[in-house]
Amino acid sequence: MTPTDTEPDTAPEQRAPQAAAIEVVGVDRVFRRRRDEVVALSDVSVSVAAGEFVSLIGPSGCGKSTLLRLVADLDSPTAGAISVFGKTTRQARRDQDYGIAFQQAGLLPWRTVASNIELPLKLHGVGAGERRARSAELLELVGLQDFGRHHPDQLSGGMQQRVAIARALAESPRLLLMDEPFGALDEITRERMQNELVRICRETSAAVLFVTHSIPEAVFLSDRVVVMSPRPGRIVDVVTAGGAGMGTSHDRTDEVRDAAEFFHTVAAVREHLHGAPVDGTRGVENR
Amino acid sequence: MVGRLRAVLLGALGVLLVAALWDLYKAFGPEQGVLVGERTLILPRATDLAMPHTWEMVQRLFEPATGLEGAPTAFEAVLEASGFTLAIAARGWLVGVTVGLLLALLMTRFKLAESGLLPWIVLSQTVPLIAIAPLVRRWGAQIEFGSFTWENQHSVALIAAYLAFFPVSIGALRGLKSPARTHVELMHTYGVGWWRTLLTLRLPASVPFLLPALRLAAASAVIGSVVAEVSIGLRGGIGRMVVEYAQSAGGDPAKAWAPIFGAVAVGLVAAGAVGLLTVALRPFRLTETSR
Repeated sequence: MTPTDTEPDTAPEQRAPQAAAIEVVGVDRVFRRRRDEVVALSDVSVSVAAGEFVSLIGPSGCGKSTLLRLVADLDSPTAGAISVFGKTTRQARRDQDYGIAFQQAGLLPWRTVASNIELPLKLHGVGAGERRARSAELLELVGLQDFGRHHPDQLSGGMQQRVAIARALAESPRLLLMDEPFGALDEITRERMQNELVRICRETSAAVLFVTHSIPEAVFLSDRVVVMSPRPGRIVDVVTAGGAGMGTSHDRTDEVRDAAEFFHTVAAVREHLHGAPVDGTRGVENR
Repeated sequence: MVGRLRAVLLGALGVLLVAALWDLYKAFGPEQGVLVGERTLILPRATDLAMPHTWEMVQRLFEPATGLEGAPTAFEAVLEASGFTLAIAARGWLVGVTVGLLLALLMTRFKLAESGLLPWIVLSQTVPLIAIAPLVRRWGAQIEFGSFTWENQHSVALIAAYLAFFPVSIGALRGLKSPARTHVELMHTYGVGWWRTLLTLRLPASVPFLLPALRLAAASAVIGSVVAEVSIGLRGGIGRMVVEYAQSAGGDPAKAWAPIFGAVAVGLVAAGAVGLLTVALRPFRLTETSR
């Protein structure tokens, strides 16, 4: 079995000790369809500290999205335990301890941008005045203050995704779950969104569990990158991103993309993904 | 505004074109029609009996309906009958839409209900109306509670509802199941139950599917009313009038067309009324663009 990550303190900064945002211990998830058994996750253990940014990366079928869905209580593990801020995932979901964003923005097309952001607040009985104030604040955070009254179909894909992130932040969750939120965006928009996400995380100091299949994206955004492999889905290794020229996940700027440490980390992640050392001549391509 | 005017003009032009085509054929078409072989008529006879002039039809509308002293004009008679039929069709539409929506909700809520009900719903529309109309009338005649007695017009409305519920149940079912998985899961993460999800997500998402279904239901309700009036023998409506006026076609061929115009008008009014509903629900018509 591959080593799993349970290092007690990999958080980039000295943060006040508190319950880990996510604690996954020995989780299996087996899908049974008729006679077929697909082991989506096998003995996965990982933890995300409060305020920490952790990416899950791996080829398709490695169970990274499944793991995120388990944390979000959209699915249940076959074995093992998951806790979110020390609670069961169901309780955490009921308490709205996390915000979630998917690859598709998933905005309701008949609602304006502002009322899409206000939707979770409205569903949980927040008053109209407070809702409006919060959505205005969030629109400014994601740089869409002039688009509150627009409908989603009037927005570009990147803008829609920003609205979806604002919606995920509506209830000021201490944890964000993001399933390839930038997967459908073009490279340029994608890098801009990554920069924005760094800023948003800094301003909200939320912990993030981020699913992606882009190595540079994972390295750029994360404090730690969890590398997974398929059949059965399991954790191969955990790569820590940081150090000279990179800093914590809150310090990332465009310069980091050119830092030597960034390239080393990208190479390290790639090495784990391919399961064997990549020879040095191959260099590092940016995606 | 210009677009609206254009649409009205084009509509009027269409009607005029049909009328012109009719009279052109009447003027130049063969008296005995065009026959293939001995019996198969592929183009109609152009006699006055078979094809009265369009202007005669319109003229006939404003002449007395019957030869009796003080009889109303055909137009007035048709108008009254149209109103009668429209009222019945509207009741049938309301009942049909309600039943259709409830069935769709039931089928959305329970998978078992969908697999159990859907075949029957489809099957229900294969039963010929003429077969069930007398049955409905007979069963209805036995219903009586308190001061309420079942009248023939209730039977007609019921048959209209029988036709109207079908498109609504099918359209609403598709609409209610249309939200993407992302949307449904989002509602789940918000911890809201089935009913809140229905109100927040499924019902608004069903509107683009529901509107054409409601329009179809209106057309079905009108057809159902007209046909059921004939089968059940209910007096006062446009269906019965079509039959009655057709009987006098031998001596007064233009008269038979008056109630047909009435039936067309009822259909147009019904479709128009649903169109108003469309305007009210416009905000929800935005199609799935955020994917």
